[in-house]
Amino acid sequence: MTEAAGSGAEQDLESQFEATIGRDQRIEPRDWMPEGYRRTLIRQVAQHAHSEIIGMQPEGEWITRAPSLRRKAILLAKVQDEAGHGLYLYSAAETLGADRADLTERLIEGRQKYSSIFNYPTLSFADVGVIGWFVDGAAICNQVPLCRSSYGPYARAMVRICKEESFHQRQGYELLMTMMRGTDEQREMVQDAVDRWWWPSLMMFGPPDGDSPNSAQSMAWKIKRHSNDELRQRFVDMTVPQAARLGVTLPDPELRWNEERGHHDFGTPDWSELKAVISGDGPCNTERVARRRAAHEEGAWVRAAASAHAAKQAARAREEAVA
Amino acid sequence: MSDSENWPLYEIFIRGKRGLNHVHVGSLHAADDRMALTHARDLYTRRNEGVSIWAVRSEHIAASTRDEKDPFFAPSADKVYRHPTFYDIPDDVPHI
Amino acid sequence: MSDDHVYLSLAEGHDDSDARWAFGTGFEDPLYGVDTAVPEGADAAELAVQCLALGDDALVLAQRLAEWVTRAPELEEEVALANIGLDLLGQARLLYARAGQTDGTGRGEDAYAYFRDPDDFRNVRLAELPGGDFAFSVLRLLVFAGWRLAHFTELASAPDPVLAAIAAKGVKELAYHRQYAAEWVVRLGDGTDESRARMLAALEAQAPYWEDLFAAHDVRDAVLADLQLVLDAAGLPMPSAPFEPGQGRDGEHTGHLAPLLAELQSVARAHPEATW
Repeated sequence: MTEAAGSGAEQDLESQFEATIGRDQRIEPRDWMPEGYRRTLIRQVAQHAHSEIIGMQPEGEWITRAPSLRRKAILLAKVQDEAGHGLYLYSAAETLGADRADLTERLIEGRQKYSSIFNYPTLSFADVGVIGWFVDGAAICNQVPLCRSSYGPYARAMVRICKEESFHQRQGYELLMTMMRGTDEQREMVQDAVDRWWWPSLMMFGPPDGDSPNSAQSMAWKIKRHSNDELRQRFVDMTVPQAARLGVTLPDPELRWNEERGHHDFGTPDWSELKAVISGDGPCNTERVARRRAAHEEGAWVRAAASAHAAKQAARAREEAVA
Repeated sequence: MSDSENWPLYEIFIRGKRGLNHVHVGSLHAADDRMALTHARDLYTRRNEGVSIWAVRSEHIAASTRDEKDPFFAPSADKVYRHPTFYDIPDDVPHI
Repeated sequence: MSDDHVYLSLAEGHDDSDARWAFGTGFEDPLYGVDTAVPEGADAAELAVQCLALGDDALVLAQRLAEWVTRAPELEEEVALANIGLDLLGQARLLYARAGQTDGTGRGEDAYAYFRDPDDFRNVRLAELPGGDFAFSVLRLLVFAGWRLAHFTELASAPDPVLAAIAAKGVKELAYHRQYAAEWVVRLGDGTDESRARMLAALEAQAPYWEDLFAAHDVRDAVLADLQLVLDAAGLPMPSAPFEPGQGRDGEHTGHLAPLLAELQSVARAHPEATW
């Protein structure tokens, strides 16, 4: 094949790809796609999967200490869901030709990122509630539009995840409502947790649009559907009345309704903190990755044993077939 | 990491209720067929979805290409098994 | 914009039960329509003791299983172990509730779980042994689930309709736990030299506590026959370690129960007036 013919064919494929996106149809695994699209998706889906898996840790620490059996069951189910969501997403990444073992290696070697929010510590049981309310709330804000992402397997994984995550957010908010009806000490725990998690939650939407170099291409490809700042604004607008209903104060003196814009104005997160946390200097980065690495390495003998048994079984079956 | 630690990929199909086809819901890793079914039960039917599960080694699925004339599929020909069907979007997910 | 719905109803009151949003939809209440009155001729106090002990077994092992969260050898196993832990936690909650109905105190499940001391727990000691490696965990689960399955199969026709309903639900769960564990014991026994060595170590460590199960409820022959089948398939020997004296059902425990409970009860006891 000549170069000219090759690039002509490639142009055909590219225009077919663009047309599919233009019609708001899904790209499926067998379709031709530009390398950049594939690479961007693998990175985004893998980071998303890693976030689910690392995100099990901050709350997971409270399962054995949950103060009622009902909360214990809910929390165990929730953290288990996160493992499931990680698996759905790794599954979607694998349709792009990525290999889960390789993605895991990248995570535990620090070569692939996960959401910065999970590098903050959980200091009291109120944190479980606030994570459900803020962090899962922000995640849903991010994820609901992704149910219409242009890549089919990713969009379908997000549908399933969003459906399951509405429970996560509700359990958190309900825990906080219960605690706010409890003792003064409990109300203080809730406010303290709100104070600590508010700004990191706003940072979950990523840097401001002007400072987010990959966003424009991702939106053109319909991998992302809204900009970071749009989603952040939506989160703030939705959360403010919920905070009022709960009876807590969001720790931002600049937070107020702007009649003209029809949105809340709010203060600027400390972007240098976000950069520091993303680049590894958050309070818990080291322990989060170390825990994941330890689980993976300590489980190696189990995975190897299962593979060895499967190989032996297959060999036995072959011998029987011959005999 | 040695390859023996990496379990093969299985595609999972679930019959949501009697009278429906099995539909593809995703994939998972397992060392053997039995484990694939066990994992599928735990992962994809945590909320009582499904009355029947199929687990198929991904490499055993043959799939058609969207456009047979196209030489650019060649690099991904070893991935022909990936996710050949949609699964139903549940009715109770709003605004999808 | 078609995706604004996510928060709309969040702050509204919830008129729904746990089941709708904690564990999905379409779940059955195992006690729906079951008469909670203690049947004539049944000894309520004895029933309460039995429910409490069986609840303790389930709670303590659920706690051990929960310790695997974020530490399992593979993500799929993470999900599986949590499922089993959730099943056992559910059994504990139903059994404690029944204990509260029948021991005359009217206490709720959390009173039993969080505000009793180690001496008051009646769980079999096998459940409280510290986690160990994955081989240790799946072997314990195999023996525990096999024993409890045989026990619950009998209890499914117990005179108390509530206990019978709890047991009938548990039978389905335990059959799955036993199967999951049996498959892993076979894989690890047959797998590699290392996995086999770890299974042998787990057998040596746990066998001294099996007699404790049969003292609590003697279904020895059925359990050991079943275990023999699994060990044969795994190429593992039936251990012959001597019995470790003591009975969990009498409140005699290893030193491992107290720290387990201290952790489990820490938050609840730090805020005794709180509601969660």
